[in-house]
Amino acid sequence: MLKIEQLHARVKDGPEILKGIDLEIHPGEMHAVMGPNGSGKSTLSRVIAGHPDYEVTGGTVTLTGPDGPVDLLELEAHERACAGLFLGFQYPVEVPGVSNRTFLRATFNAVRRANGKPTLDPLDFDMLLNKKIEQLGMDERFIERAVNVDFSGGEKKRNEILQMALLEPQLALLDEIDSGLDVDALKAVADGVNKLRSPDNAVVLITHYQRLLDYITPDHVHIMAAGRFVRSGGSDLALEIEKRGYDWILNTAD
Amino acid sequence: MKKQDAAEQLKQEYRYGFETDIEIDTVPKGLNEETIRMISAKKDEPEWLLEFRLNAYQWWKEQREPTWAHLDYPPVDFQNIRYYAAPKNQPKLDSLDEVDPEVLKTFDRLGIPLGEQKQLAGVAVDAVFDSVSVRTTHQGLLAQYGVIFCSFSEAAKKYPALVKKYLGSVVPVKDNFYAGLNSAVFTDGSFVYIPPGVHCPVDLSTYFRINAKETGQFERTLIIADKGSRVSYIEGCTAPMRDENQLHAAIVELIALDDAEIKYSTVQNWYPGDKDGKGGIYNFVVKRGLCKGVNSKISWTQVEAGAAITWKYPSVLLKGDNSVGEFYSVALTNHKMQADTGTKMIHMGKNTRSTIISKGISCEQSCNSYRGLVRISPGAENARNYSQCDSMLVGDESFANTFPYIEVNNDSSVVEHEATTSRLSADQLFYLQSRGLDMEASISLLVNGFCEDVFRTLPLEFAVEAVRLLEMKLEDSVG
Repeated sequence: MLKIEQLHARVKDGPEILKGIDLEIHPGEMHAVMGPNGSGKSTLSRVIAGHPDYEVTGGTVTLTGPDGPVDLLELEAHERACAGLFLGFQYPVEVPGVSNRTFLRATFNAVRRANGKPTLDPLDFDMLLNKKIEQLGMDERFIERAVNVDFSGGEKKRNEILQMALLEPQLALLDEIDSGLDVDALKAVADGVNKLRSPDNAVVLITHYQRLLDYITPDHVHIMAAGRFVRSGGSDLALEIEKRGYDWILNTAD
Repeated sequence: MKKQDAAEQLKQEYRYGFETDIEIDTVPKGLNEETIRMISAKKDEPEWLLEFRLNAYQWWKEQREPTWAHLDYPPVDFQNIRYYAAPKNQPKLDSLDEVDPEVLKTFDRLGIPLGEQKQLAGVAVDAVFDSVSVRTTHQGLLAQYGVIFCSFSEAAKKYPALVKKYLGSVVPVKDNFYAGLNSAVFTDGSFVYIPPGVHCPVDLSTYFRINAKETGQFERTLIIADKGSRVSYIEGCTAPMRDENQLHAAIVELIALDDAEIKYSTVQNWYPGDKDGKGGIYNFVVKRGLCKGVNSKISWTQVEAGAAITWKYPSVLLKGDNSVGEFYSVALTNHKMQADTGTKMIHMGKNTRSTIISKGISCEQSCNSYRGLVRISPGAENARNYSQCDSMLVGDESFANTFPYIEVNNDSSVVEHEATTSRLSADQLFYLQSRGLDMEASISLLVNGFCEDVFRTLPLEFAVEAVRLLEMKLEDSVG
């Protein structure tokens, strides 16, 4: 579904951060990318999503959907989203004055339109939204509030999951979706992610800590350091990190 | 492809910048008694109006340009400006055939067709080209309702009693420097009178076009809503792109009698100068409404998106008991534009209420200031005011200021003021784009969200135009 080959990238006019990433993801899979701070985890997700601050200096990123393979690096950020990619933000951005409902409907319809599907009017959309909210066990009150404004950390992350539920991406990159959450919020977010898993989609969890993986079991774990994947394995690799820290891998790598 | 779009956008940045090549009738540059007599003679004005002008001039020439606004520009050379310019082929009123075809074409290009077949439904338009009104549409329909909507020059001849009674009654000649200047040299503008009990059947609109070089536009608009009447009035304006600065110093006076309601909306899109701040219109405007009667209401909505310098405070004097004043404003500045704009709500009557909603958006190296006064007089018992001033900064070189002045002189009144400053950031845009919205849709969502409280007070078609105008300017600044 997603194939990354020898991806190199840097901050525009800055030093190289990604130094040759290879990754292959198949439908139905749950991947976790772990690594110490500054290893390039978040950069990887932003580069894949098309953040304008970064420049790809080498490699390819191909997303294969129902209509065949697409070279993501050729697309603008919004086109990547329409092609079935979703980035869950570590720090969801506040949009004052725009109600969550208006925002969610605008994005939902933009993606539908791009895929040649009919858009929903406000009434039909509300019905769908209510269904998703119920499915995720969320409070419907924050639909009326401005996007992420005065949301608690947990509400912001759950709002990301709600967007994912509405947009139904093929591939979701969730960047530190667990950061800043207490145990209850963490469980709720993890529960949401598990509910959205299907044989047709795939998820990449980017996380610093193993604790998220207590609630979501990954099929593959990749350890990232200094812009490279230094080790890949099954879910037991995450447990080992929890026990021994990152240093033992960094010391044994290369 | 993307690059081409951006280039296209840049070209469209000011699509009203063209110039119309026609013969003009003008007066020599400079301002003195002789100029004023010439203007008055060209307009074939009654003697009392010439007196009014000369009085104003005598006072004005002793005054100095005010410097208190948060604006930076070289002193205006008032002797280097032409105070009158008109298409030579002067039309007789109501006869479209005699309007210079080039002028008609100009208004066509601006989206304001004046021909009988093409004219806009639902809106009666008074088209002002430099110093004269060239055409007022829908005269027949308005006459059925007894509504007077004509150029100011025509009104001075046909309805001298009304004009004499109200001219300068809201903005006195000696009110301020620019009021004095305008009173001395004003050329054309619109005159509106709505008879008692009449709800004006269409929106009334004036479209101001500056065309001639080195010429100022000094229009004068006077709107009187008699008892129990209602009117919605719309103003639009554009000018060619030129390297020199041009002066626009207008006065608008509104009078609402008992139970009358006036809604005045402006989309101001004067040429703002280029990216380096060269050229553009100096927009020094005095707009004031008087809620003279009980239960009267005056509502200003402005979308200020053009002009190199804007100095403008549409205000309401709340004299009648229970009268209501409103000010809704969106001011967008980009390049090196400077805006110092806001309102004054002067509460005199009992139970008077006012609302101020101001949204300022500053981009690039521009400077955008809100300046507002809320004054509650001792006799204005139970007066209420609510003010909200929000600023949005785009980029890290722009400025936003808020200067609220509040004077409360009794115990029974309530004044609330809220202010926020936020920043439209690349992060916000990326967030929206990563959800499938393209750049245009992302900006539109952000701006609409920010300005929603103001846009919803605009007449519908106008709101669409205003949103489009802001999006166009912002795409240029952000993209």
